[in-house]
Amino acid sequence: MISLSLKEHPTVPLEAECISPDVMANLFEAELAALPVFLGKRRHNLADFFTISGSGSDEIELNGDAGRVKWVGKGMTRGRIAVRGNVGMHLGAYMSGGRIDVSGDAGDWVGGEMKGGLIHIRGSAGGQLGAAYRGSITGLDGGAILVDGTAGIELGMRMKRGLIAVKGQVRDFAGLQMKGGTIALMNGAELRPGAWMLRGTIITLKPVRLLPTFAPSGMYNPTFLSIYAKHLHQFGFELPFDVRSGSYQRYAGDAAVPGKGEILEWVGA
Amino acid sequence: MLRITGGKVYDPTNNIDGVVQDICIDDGRIVETVPSGHGRTIDASGMIVFPGGVDVHTHVAGAALNFARGLIPEQHRKAAPFMRRPGRRAGMGGVTPSTFATGYLYAGMGWTTVNEAAVPVLSAKHTHEELRDTPIVDKTCCVLMANNEIVLDLLEAGEVERAKHIVAWLIWAAKAYGVKAVNPGGVEAWKYGKNASTLFDPVPGYNKVTPAMIISKLAGIIDDLKLPHPIHLHCNNLGTPGNVSTTLETMKVLEGNRAHLAHLQYHAYSGDGWETIGSASVQVAEYFNAHKNLTTDAGAVLFGNTVTITADGPWQHLLHQLTGKKWSNLDVENETGCGVVPYAYKPGSPANAVQWAVGLELLLLIDDPWRIYLTTDHPNGAAFWRYPEIIRLLMDAEFRKEQIKTITPKVIKRIVLPELTREYTLYEIAIITSAGPARALGLPQKGHLGIGADADIAIYNENKNIADMFAYPRYVIKGGTIVVEEGEPRNTVDGHSYVFKPQYDESIEDYLRPVFQQFYTMSFDNYPVEESRVHGMKRVESPS
Repeated sequence: MISLSLKEHPTVPLEAECISPDVMANLFEAELAALPVFLGKRRHNLADFFTISGSGSDEIELNGDAGRVKWVGKGMTRGRIAVRGNVGMHLGAYMSGGRIDVSGDAGDWVGGEMKGGLIHIRGSAGGQLGAAYRGSITGLDGGAILVDGTAGIELGMRMKRGLIAVKGQVRDFAGLQMKGGTIALMNGAELRPGAWMLRGTIITLKPVRLLPTFAPSGMYNPTFLSIYAKHLHQFGFELPFDVRSGSYQRYAGDAAVPGKGEILEWVGA
Repeated sequence: MLRITGGKVYDPTNNIDGVVQDICIDDGRIVETVPSGHGRTIDASGMIVFPGGVDVHTHVAGAALNFARGLIPEQHRKAAPFMRRPGRRAGMGGVTPSTFATGYLYAGMGWTTVNEAAVPVLSAKHTHEELRDTPIVDKTCCVLMANNEIVLDLLEAGEVERAKHIVAWLIWAAKAYGVKAVNPGGVEAWKYGKNASTLFDPVPGYNKVTPAMIISKLAGIIDDLKLPHPIHLHCNNLGTPGNVSTTLETMKVLEGNRAHLAHLQYHAYSGDGWETIGSASVQVAEYFNAHKNLTTDAGAVLFGNTVTITADGPWQHLLHQLTGKKWSNLDVENETGCGVVPYAYKPGSPANAVQWAVGLELLLLIDDPWRIYLTTDHPNGAAFWRYPEIIRLLMDAEFRKEQIKTITPKVIKRIVLPELTREYTLYEIAIITSAGPARALGLPQKGHLGIGADADIAIYNENKNIADMFAYPRYVIKGGTIVVEEGEPRNTVDGHSYVFKPQYDESIEDYLRPVFQQFYTMSFDNYPVEESRVHGMKRVESPS
């Protein structure tokens, strides 16, 4: 285990994309201490901001309020990062494997253009979770992002594959322009979920205000939901799938694009 | 004062082919000798000395390019960053490098003169401001003319003489050096949602004006005005299968005039659809070889991500429909249009594989290197900093054979590249990258190392890997200043802008002013670019 403890809360965001098992696993302590971080435009060493202990591990522990530490776990392919507290923007961006657990809140752009692996946030996340960065055509392209709290706007924007599940309510434009994959909303969404969606599934357990370009297209309990429900159960997410307790009202859309996506809204028995 | 000793010099203009000789520099120019004991000496033993590269067709500044920069943040994120250092500004590389980075990248490759190939008069101020921020290289630019409604209206009325004075006035108003014609009539037709795909049918909105008429009249006007660079023509039907017939017709229309055909690769396809597109480079090269009034540049394509930018609005809309990628369209009042579409050339795509082959085929089939120049129509075919990859493909037939294996086998029978065994020599490379384009641009002080020439020199370490050799020059000298040393950027100097002042009747303004005030959204007095805005301006006059 490599343990990093933040010495003091940085005054401006600290860019620390070196905090990743891929970068750190094979380094000695002195090398870890000299890894570059950027405070604004100035380059510093990792040890200027963190007390570092341990080496030779692909498990990293991050202690202290890292709410202004950005790019943690960028592009990681393996190993594990445990954040004890908050973490800043772009957590796990471009990651393709491994696992990140956050005990507190995370900033915007969690799992931006992520391709694989798992991110589990016990607190809340900001906007653009699992989204495509500006100009890109594909957001989340595999893996899973789980949030126990709430999440912000443009959740899963242009996602193509993978799973996003949020226990709290999410804000506007969830699944904006999504092209595939699954979003599970345990507590509904604010305005315009599924706007411009081409394919993919948004599951919501609370009624949502739908765009006029979504058309009701029957009630059903898709078979794949039972598999998702079992997978999510181990993380404390309970997704109903049994017909005895109710069914999902399916809405097809977004006809404005036109798209072949679906929004499944739970209707209890 | 500077002396370069012991290098193997390639200077085609002066018939020097790999001869070991010394070069002396004083006051920014090449001189016979410098007194011994004065100035620095660069020992270039075992190195290769080239005249600085000249890019005859590139898009590096102005409204359209800036629009493209804004449209592709996803590519900027992957682009090479330029960190700020003493003497060097921060910037960004990639397919549309920022202004300062453009200068550093060109010079870092040994190129010292660039021709910005498409400038509408309306955004010429923007272009000159950006060129000011493009350091080291010398600049020229071509002003867009073939869809200018004031000019077309005069051609419709048969007033060619007056049109000539208007063209001359516009060249000077834009502080341009040459004239560019893009899809003559087609960009005008685009305002009606149409294109001009046949040369001899009237352009929408006109009864007499046809693309062929615009081409021949403009080419004539430009020759009459004695511009150092002939009409710089982007033919009709760019990029479409079977467009070879249009290209051949266009070349016939140009008989009797000088002309430079831009990015010929995009105009040499056979076939009748995207499924059957093939190479027509043999036909084009045969005609071209026999007609000495023409010059051209390759507009070669390399595989990878880029962004396409052109004044050819209708083509860009078609490209957007074909690819489903992002698309932007600009209308430039009475003058031209513009479209931007990000694009990825893929070796598995039959159309892209043909394009890749055609660019190389033309370079290999056109037998006179003095008439075809190395370009990628930056950034349309590939970014300019990838030129060394093309040089390697031209100089190494074995490597070319290997690369042909990577493209889709579907098109092998529709291209001739596998049969071509020609390999470029260093001497020929010096022609297509420097001596040739300098001559085509009419810049007698560029592209060679003779006495009196500007001291723009690239010195390369001899290396078996040609792409590496040309990508990382050991020294680059611009106007006598060492700008790259030991492969590292050292000094940043400002380049000059060459501007051509044609002779015209000043009273043409009396005709132009009321027409302009009626149709343009800006005031006539604010229209021309002031001389003070053109940084490092060098005025070239027409010979009387």
